[in-house]
Amino acid sequence: MHPFQRKLILLAALAVIIGTQTGCDTVKPWQRKTLADYTMRGDRDPLGDGITDHIFFSREMASGGKGVGGGGCGCN
Amino acid sequence: MNTSLLKKLTSAALLAGTILTAQAALKVGDDFPDLAGFKLDGKLPDALKGKVVIVDFWASWCGPCKESFPAMNDLQKTYADKGLVIVAVNEDEEKSDMQDFLKDNAATFTVVRDAEQKLVGVAGIQTMPSSFVLDDTGKVRFIHSGFHGAETRKEYGQQIESLLKK
Repeated sequence: MHPFQRKLILLAALAVIIGTQTGCDTVKPWQRKTLADYTMRGDRDPLGDGITDHIFFSREMASGGKGVGGGGCGCN
Repeated sequence: MNTSLLKKLTSAALLAGTILTAQAALKVGDDFPDLAGFKLDGKLPDALKGKVVIVDFWASWCGPCKESFPAMNDLQKTYADKGLVIVAVNEDEEKSDMQDFLKDNAATFTVVRDAEQKLVGVAGIQTMPSSFVLDDTGKVRFIHSGFHGAETRKEYGQQIESLLKK
């Protein structure tokens, strides 16, 4: 193997290791205090949501697709 | 050839990452780890061996946990004399959060705080609250995920009675 190729592979492996070991972490079920806060709720402002939906629908001729995972208490 | 090697390296790194971050959750039939070994903040009951034990993980910010407190008080009242011990393990990061919660939701059972969040990691729970019902030998016999009001209360009653009979 060409030394350059070897270097490239090592570099790629290093990047992958750094990416998987340090980059992302999942919030554990017992660490969701901040996510459980009322202000993190997607449905806390029904009127605001209604207005945003109306504008979105008027522009895009489509609605929905707003649901995102990961917020809230995650309890029960 | 290089791409296949790269693929192998990538999958090896991913596998290593998974193994390092994954925590084995406790299952029914496992021995529950010794609570004394986790530097829990608060006084543990003297004797857990020979008792039926509920280890309940909770936090102040968790709605169903709050709901579960009256039920736990009720279980304590009904079964404490017959050999039930309830240990509620708090997982708040701030001690004051727990103290404020307990002011409004008095507990008649033992409450300890897992300040380092080590015990909960070993238990590997998936949701709050979660609880483990242990038999008199310290084995996990039932696991509850979440608290669903009267339904969960009824299950606890049946399970505790079946374990106390033995």
